Parts: sequence; structure tokens; C-alpha cells
Amino acid sequence: MVDVYKQFEGDLPVPVIEEVKRQAEENKLTSAQVKKALEETKKEYEDSLISPGESIGIVTAESIGEPGTQMILNVFRMAGVAEVQVTRGLPRLIEILDARKEPSTPSMLVYLKNEYTKNEKNIRKIASFIKQMALEEISSEFSLNMMKGSIEVTLDSKKFRDLGFKKTEVLEVLKDKLKDINVKESKNGFVLESSKGDVDLSNLYKVKQKAKSVIVRGISGVTQVLPTKRDNRYVIMCAGSNLKEVFKMKEVDAKLTISNNLFEIADLLGVEAAKQAIINEVWDVLENQGLDIDVRHAMFLSELMTHNGVVKGITRGGISGEKESVLARASFETPLKHIVNASLRGEVDHIRSVIENVMINQPIPVGTGLPGLVAKIKDPKGKKK
Amino acid sequence: MKEYADKKIESIRFGLFTPQELKKISVAKIITPELYDREGYPVDGGLMDIRMGVIDPGLRCKTCGQKLIECPGHFGFMDLARPVLHINYLDIIVNLLRTTCKDCGRLLESDEKIQKHLKNLEIAENEKRTKDKEKIIRAFVTKLKNIKKCPHCQVKQQKVTLEKPSTVLADGKRVTPTDIRARLERIEDRDLVSIGMNPKDARPEWMVLTVLPVPPVTIRPSITLESGERSEDDLTHKLSDIVRINQRLFENINAGAPEIIIEDLWDLLQYHVTTFFDNAVSQLPVARHRSGQPLKTLTERIKSKEGRFRHNLAGKRVNFSARTVISPDPKLKFNEVGIPKSVAMELTIPVRVTEWNVDWLKDFIKNGPRVYPGANYVVRPDGKKKKITEDIVEVLLEELQPGYVVERHLLDKDISIFNRQPSLHRMNIMAHKIRVLPGRSFRLNPAVCTPYAADFDGDEMNLHIPQTEESRAEAEILMSVEKHIISPKNGLNVIGSIEDAISGIFLLTKDLELKKSQAVQLLMSIGVYDEKRFKEFKEKVSGKEIFSVLLPSDLDFIWHTDKNDVIIKNGKLTKGYIDKTTIGEGNGTLIRSLYSKYGDETGIEFLSSVFKLGIGTLLKLGFTTSISDTDLPKSVKEKKAKEVEKAYERVSELIKEFENGKLEILPGYTAEESLEIMISEVLNKVRNEIGKQVSSGISEEGNSTLIMANSGAKGSLLNLSMMAASVGQQSLGGGRIKGGYKKRSLSVFEKGDIGPKAGGFIKNGYKDGMSPTEYFFGAMTGRDGLMDTALRTPKSGYLYRRLANALQDMRVEYDSTVRDAEKNIIQFKYGDDGIDVSKSDGGTINVKKIIAQIKGK
Repeated sequence: MVDVYKQFEGDLPVPVIEEVKRQAEENKLTSAQVKKALEETKKEYEDSLISPGESIGIVTAESIGEPGTQMILNVFRMAGVAEVQVTRGLPRLIEILDARKEPSTPSMLVYLKNEYTKNEKNIRKIASFIKQMALEEISSEFSLNMMKGSIEVTLDSKKFRDLGFKKTEVLEVLKDKLKDINVKESKNGFVLESSKGDVDLSNLYKVKQKAKSVIVRGISGVTQVLPTKRDNRYVIMCAGSNLKEVFKMKEVDAKLTISNNLFEIADLLGVEAAKQAIINEVWDVLENQGLDIDVRHAMFLSELMTHNGVVKGITRGGISGEKESVLARASFETPLKHIVNASLRGEVDHIRSVIENVMINQPIPVGTGLPGLVAKIKDPKGKKK
Repeated sequence: MKEYADKKIESIRFGLFTPQELKKISVAKIITPELYDREGYPVDGGLMDIRMGVIDPGLRCKTCGQKLIECPGHFGFMDLARPVLHINYLDIIVNLLRTTCKDCGRLLESDEKIQKHLKNLEIAENEKRTKDKEKIIRAFVTKLKNIKKCPHCQVKQQKVTLEKPSTVLADGKRVTPTDIRARLERIEDRDLVSIGMNPKDARPEWMVLTVLPVPPVTIRPSITLESGERSEDDLTHKLSDIVRINQRLFENINAGAPEIIIEDLWDLLQYHVTTFFDNAVSQLPVARHRSGQPLKTLTERIKSKEGRFRHNLAGKRVNFSARTVISPDPKLKFNEVGIPKSVAMELTIPVRVTEWNVDWLKDFIKNGPRVYPGANYVVRPDGKKKKITEDIVEVLLEELQPGYVVERHLLDKDISIFNRQPSLHRMNIMAHKIRVLPGRSFRLNPAVCTPYAADFDGDEMNLHIPQTEESRAEAEILMSVEKHIISPKNGLNVIGSIEDAISGIFLLTKDLELKKSQAVQLLMSIGVYDEKRFKEFKEKVSGKEIFSVLLPSDLDFIWHTDKNDVIIKNGKLTKGYIDKTTIGEGNGTLIRSLYSKYGDETGIEFLSSVFKLGIGTLLKLGFTTSISDTDLPKSVKEKKAKEVEKAYERVSELIKEFENGKLEILPGYTAEESLEIMISEVLNKVRNEIGKQVSSGISEEGNSTLIMANSGAKGSLLNLSMMAASVGQQSLGGGRIKGGYKKRSLSVFEKGDIGPKAGGFIKNGYKDGMSPTEYFFGAMTGRDGLMDTALRTPKSGYLYRRLANALQDMRVEYDSTVRDAEKNIIQFKYGDDGIDVSKSDGGTINVKKIIAQIKGK
């Protein structure tokens, strides 16, 4: 049986062969029938192959641009469902295609290794170690002592205990983060004093603000965590993204954990990972809006955005601004800039892309305009050209 | 009349004009601001000099001897009394002054380092990293700017600054354009390469103008007003300002006027030349008309959506097109378009006369332009076009012979291209066959409204008539409606039966029975005559049998949904009913099955006849919706009231729990948020409950609204329950309606009220009528929806423009790779498997179907 499938390996894409195999086994086909099925599939496959010259770029742009008009502008969250807030819909799509350095709502899906997901309590604990926690959150009071020129921090003892903090641990962090400040332990908190000895009220106030925001635990950037169950696995949804730090945690399954920050992925996991991330993110938006669009369009878009080895947006600073043709760039945005720079470099436009040929009324090099005629033309005088 | 271009533009080079070149291409030297003499004839050496082209119908161009339209126009030039900086190159000029030595003109860097830099550039160039090359140059330039002493001649450098808009200072002292030009001249060619300039096409001193090109008259035509007065173009106005000041400057210099006066005039000249190029330079007063309206000069002509690039070069106007209101005609085939006679007589198709069609074409000429199938023009072989008039009909008929071309009126079955804006996907422009009909609107089958996104509330559409054999062939083979049934977006059909046609087929195939005579009459009324099948009919004919007449006799088809099992065997519908999921738009599985098995001709034929059959059935049965469709039995009404009551109670319980601090808090949320989420959940559940009650309380019997909802023709159960029972929760900005700063959504509520009523829950249905507050909340969400659409359209439009611009050059090559215009590979195989979505079944190959077929045999 296996040999029959092997025969078709060059002719059919692997997923299709696998699908035939699966279906054949399900329907208990005889080997003769399998061969027939494969032949039929091959015929069907060859019939549905794309034709050379097809202007697939425009098809992709249409397939994504047209549903864009149907998308809802502001989607927050579904009423009645507990979820981390993420930008969705058209704004998110624009964000992805712009290839912004920082998404407006960065978020992560943190998967845990199986051995740490035995009980829910444990997961909550891990989640609490991911969420960034400022000193302010575990203290009940920050008071300025003007006489002594110090700040007295009173800890919220209940919270402090519940979250399993140790005073020494926090002290270490404070000492590390607050330079030029003496941090001392007190009865129910800490005392912060300027090490320089001069008491300046406005300075003291600044120190107070700084101390409040010192992150005593967790991963910086992660502002909200939400442990949930997804496909029978416990995941922690996080608002805020910091893959690099999360990967360092021993409980985290780095193979599955993902972020919605394309550049973070590109930096950490490489451009191929970013390519896949773009597909997933675009797919996510479209699916969320209930739009049925073929993956191939998202795939092509992400290939285009990453084909140079770095993530580039569909903007005048990205893909559109790097076209070779001066006229193609000028016709998009900031025409004058492009023409001025082209004149300085003495650029030559070879009129190879669509828009320039439209401009000068010549056939465009896609579709039926692509094929040319190869012929030897004799000079009227009889000389060969 | 030449129909083809025998020359092809291969490339376009960009660069700067040298003053010598400018003079060489010029045909006239402009010396006087005067435009016309006393007779109104253009003055020699004036701005409207007829050597630069003509704009008056009677005149001939002195340079090329051609008349208006034929003469493309020729440049003139103007010698500037003193050099002037070109505003668009100002930044580059300043940069050059900063990076080169003021004495020796070399770059402020040692030769070794320049060599090293050049090598870096070469590497980047070879690896085709244009962006990196720019970066390297930019870094190099910034480094040079900070060097104070020339490494070549050891001279201390001055600090060059730019005082906006166009004054260059060196150590705070003004540098005149003359001096700048002298300095720029000193820069060596080899150094220019290092900063990314091409000395062959752009020497820096050419950026300081000594000769100003005067654009041809043809690009700045004057218009004659009704009063007979001439009104000049903005550019001409600007140019005459320049000439005037230039002349005055010349005179003053020759007369040896004081330096101050000369400098003032020089500045004025600079101002006028600057605004000639760009009238929106910051910190420079805008040049205006006497009326106060800003002048539109060169930059404004190029820039923006209305500029030359996007308005004229990328977008073009065409002949042989028509536009009018559209209206429906279900009797038309899907691939036809009905056009009014008046349009058919205006638009023409050129037909070449041959031995075989001379007589046929003569009939058209005899009819002339005023009688319907006539002709408007005859084109002689030498390209002379003759309009057919009564005086010359006889002559034309006499001389007509092979080689002539007759532009005849449109006939039925001619190919046209039909389009509705916004053209967002390729199904917005498709080829239809012409049907000339009485009336004044374009008519199309309502089923093709879906791909065009058209309706008949006043929509207009455009029609184009391809004029060459090639274009007609392309339109017919590639653009016909039947070739676009399956969308490249997702591989599903965009054309299918809609509305009444679905209701009709649904009723027909569900459990209708007709007498034999009625059945035959119904089929004949839609133009189906199949004697063999008719003979098979018994005394009573089921709707399924009638439907089966339309199917090919060897069709096998199986389709399952939760409620419905459709089985078609050997072209006979044996089980189940036909509804939107099988013949509708989007997921019409039966349509795609037919399409892939029998091809587009049969597919579109089937679709057309199904459509007619559906409507025919409804015409026979009668079909209407009325207000009684939304009547509910008393028990259901009571149940609904109870459900609402229950939900209200639950909400107040939740609020009480919250106030007592007993509410269970959802993880990751505050107590308030948790409460809000829980209330929404309760209220959304009610709607579903009520929906269930409504569907149990209404039967399909005599209820057309429910039939429409169940068949998928129009509306849904939700819509029905909104009319009959309760409209439900209104949501605004992703949640219930909030109180805002005043802590209440409307002033009839108490402060802090977050109950169902204040949150925008509408418990009444549309039929019963809403309370004033409910009505207000309904209006709020309605307005929110309108705003959303209005704000979304430009955003998604821009996204689409960017996408289209970035992707327009991508194409599949003969080796199955996807490449851009420079042949860079983007994808090795489209979609990794090379499948065209519009040729696939929902984006994949339907293996299941193939195997089912094999097993069936």
C-alpha cells in the first residue's frame, strides 16, 4: 500500500497524499481503488493549479482588502466572557501589516510544562510569578517623614503573606533598584533614606514615586495574567509581552508559548518564526471577525513581509518604499521626494512593473500581457538584425 | 488611423539638467513679461510665444508646424540675472557645504577613509542592499559634518547653517548663491560618489539655477472667459512675476545700482522662483491671486490624490462607456445585461468589411445613426473617419468595400464589460452579453447583485464596450460572469440563488405536490421543455421531481446538515429539500458540485433556470409576509414575560450580592467588572431563551417570514424573535450602555442604576412597541453603527490602497514561483502547493468527494 502513495509523491503535495491515505483507510478502499483515487486526485490537482502570469498579488490584496470594509472597527471583548483585552478587527490588521515595533495591546499565551499543571492552585502561583508586581501593590502606606527625611513603607501584611513574599527578598530587590538610597528593614515595612544626607522635599517625593513603581517580582511588562484552559491544556494569558524573560522560567513550555509582538518573535526566534506569527495573527483577526478567507492569502502576505530576512511593513517605509522603480514609488506616496532623490542618483526606471506601464499606456507585464512573441525580424533591406 | 504603437519605451532616466542642456532643448528665450500684443497675438519672447506650442485653434506652432492637440509643446528658457537656489534641492546643497572643504572642495575626510567607505558601498551594492547603502551613506555624512578642519588642506571649516526658508549662513554670515555655486563647482566627481550622487547625471552646481526652464504653453493653457477676456494659468502668472523681477534685476545691475537694492531684488527673484516650484514652503508667504486664492504651482500639480500621478497617470478616462441607473430583471440570464436602446445607438463596435459581410453591414449603414440597428461612422482604409449622414449615405454605400471599417450599433450578444464601484475585488468588473431592451436603465439579474454588492435604491453602474478582437476575446474568456462564480477569496461561490428564488425552491422541494398539467406548465413557463421527462410524470408530480428535471441525468450528490439530508442520485432528488446551503450564495454546495463536474456553461445555465423555477413557483403559490407572521400564542407570550422577569430578578440578586460584598469575583477582574460580566451573561441568555420559545410557538404553516428564515432566503429566527418577542440587549462599545460621568444612562434613572433597564435591555418586541427609554437606547446603538461604518471606510480604504500598491507586481512565473517585478522570488510555489483558490473547492481538493465517487462505482 505504501508504495502506491510513494509513486505520487512528486506529483501531489504531501498533505493531499496524506488526506487521501486517511480517507482511504477510513473507507477501507482496496489497493486498486486507492490507485484510482490517487489518479483522480492528481487529475483534479492539475486542473486546479494556478496559471503562470496570474497576478496573484492583486488577488491577495483584494482578498484581504475587500473584507476589510466589512470588519468592525472597535472590538473590545465579548460580553460575558472573561478574557484579556486584545485589539482585534481592523485596527489590529492595520497594526500587523504596518509591522509596528510594539503592538497596541501586547499579549502572550504562556503554556506550562505538563508536570506543573497538576493542580490549579499551582498554576495560579506560577501566574502570580509572571505578573509584574510593584512595591505599591503589596504595601498599604507610603509616608514621608519630613523630620528624618525618610520614607516609611508599610507593607500590606495579608497580601504580603498570601503571595508568599519574604522581607529579605524584597529588601534585596529594593537595594538593587534604588541607587543612592539606604534601604532599611523596619517593623512592618521598610525605611528609605537618602544616602547623601541632604533632605530635599521635592527630591524625597521623587524617591517615593520611584519606590512605588519598583518591580519586586514578576516579569516587567506583564500587567495582567489570566490562567485558563485551552484545548485541555492550562495556559496563562498575559497582557503585556516579554518572551525573553518568560522563556527563562523553568515552568514554562517554551515550545508552545507565543506572543503577539512580531519583532520580539523575529529577534528571539528568527524571521521564519515571525513569518508564521504573521500568518497566525492575520488568521486570528479574520477568524475572529467571522470572515472566511483562504490561508494562502495570509501566507503570501507574510512571505512578502519577510522575504528579505527582516520583518517589513506594507508602508512607504517598508515594502512599498523599496521598489526599484522610481515611478512606482512616486505614484504611491511622497512623489516629490522620490523624484528629487532619483535625479541625484541618476536612477534609471526600466519600466518593469505594472504602474509605470499603466502610466505610459503600454501593456502591463502580468496576465495576458506577460507572454511575448519571439521572432527573427528581417530588416526591410534584407540585413539580419 | 493607426491602431498600434510601433515604439516602446524601454526605460526612463532621471537626472538634473545642465544650463547648457537646458538652452539646447529650448526653442525660445523669454525676455518680456508681456503676453499678447494689441491684436491679441502672442508676443515673440513673451511667455505665450508660439515657438513653445500653441493653444489657439487657428495658429500653427513655429517650431514643429503642427496645430493644437498635435503639437506636444516645447520648452523655453530664461537667463537669470543672478543664480538662485532650487528649493527642492536646498537640503542637499546645505549638506554638501557641510561635508566639503570651503577651500579645496574635497570631502572632510582622509583619502584612506574615503576609500574604505567606498569599498563598503561597493559590497552593499553587489549584494543589492539598497537600504543598507543609504544607511552607510547617511552615517558617513553625519560623521563628516562634525569635522572642523580639512584633512587635505588643513583649513579651518566654517559652521554652515540654514536659515529658513532659503538663506545659507556660514559662521553667521550670509553666503550668496553665487558663492555657493562656486563652492559646489569645486567638489570633485570622485567625492560625489561617496555621498551617493551620480556626477554624470547630477553635478551639484546644477542645483543652483542660472537658467530657468520655461514650461511649454501647452501645459499652462489660458482660458477665454465669456466676456472675451483671457484668464491665464497659475503657472503663467508665476512665470511673468519671475520675468518682471529678472528684467528689473538686470537693469539695476547694468545701471550700477547700490548693493542693497540689488540684494533686495535678488531675494525677490529667489522668492518667486521658489514659489514657482513649490508654493507651500514653510515660513514663506504663499503666493496668491489677486482674489486671495493661493496659486497652484509645480509641486501642487504633482502631489496628492488630485495630482498628476494619481489623478492623470495612474487613473485614466475612456471612450465607449456608459453609465446609468440599474434595475432588476429576473428574466435575464445571469451573464446578460439589459441596455437601453439609446445606449445601444450611441456605443458602437468597429467591424471590418470583408467580402462575406458587406451586404450585412450595408443594412446598418442604410439605417444610419438614427434608426436602431444602424451605424454611426465609416472608416476608410486611409484612416479617414466619416460620420454617416443622410447626405452621404448613398456615397458611402457605393464605395464600401473590403478594408473599410463600419462602426455599427450594439446588437444582442455583443460583449460588454460591466462594473460597479468601489471595485474592491475582481468580481466587481465582469463581462456580460448585451440585451437591447426598451427603457432607460441597465438591467441585470438580481442574483448577480451579490458579487457587485449592488442594490436598486438608485445605484448606477458603468458599461464598457471592448473595441478590438483581442480585447473581446479576453473579456469573454477571462471576465465572463460564469468564470467568476467561485471567489478567489475563499473558493466558495459568490453567485447563487437569492431571496425569493430560494424561498420558492425551498417550498417546491420540501413537500409540494402538483397536478401533472400544473407541473408541466410551471416548467414550460420558465422555458424548460423536456419531453422525455414529462412523459415520466405521473398524475401527481412532487416538487422534487419538478426540480430534478433541471439536473443533469448523471449527477450524484449528497449533502448533510443537522436538519436536512439531501440525496441526489442519477439526477433525481430523492430525499431532503433544497435551501440556501445547497443553491445559495457563499456555501451553495450543489452549485460547486455542478460547476466542477460539468463546467461553467452548464453551471450558469442551471443557476439561471433554478432561479426562474423558484420565482415561478412563488408566482403560482403566492407568497406574502404580514404582521400576523409575528403573532405569538398566549402561552409563549406568558413564558417570555416569565423569562424576562426571571432574568431581572437574577440581576437584582447579583447586584445585592455585589453590594454585600458576597459576589464571586472572576479571576483577573475587579468586583465591578465581574458584576458587569455576569449581568451581561444573564441578559444574553434571556435572548436565546426567548428565541427558543418563539421558534416553538410558531409553525411554518402559512408563515412566510418563518419560511424565509428557515430556507435562508432572508432574515433569521433572531430577526423574527426581535419582531415578535423581544429586541434584547443593546450593546455599545463592547458592553452594555454605561452611565458615564453622571452615573446614569438617562436622566429618568436613578444615579448608580445598573439594572437591565438602565443598561439598555429592550424587553419588548418591535411589534408590541418599545418604551421611550428602550427606543432611545435602540437609537443609540443605531447611531453608533452608522458612525462605525463612516469611520471605517476611509481606514480600510487606505489599507487596501497600500496592499494593492505593494502587491500589484507579484505574479506567478512560468516556473511556478511567485516573483515581484525585479524577479525576486517571494514564494517558491504559490500557497506551498500551487493551488489556485478560485479553481479549488473551498481552498482544497475535495478528496472526500473523489473517494465517495470511486466507492459508489
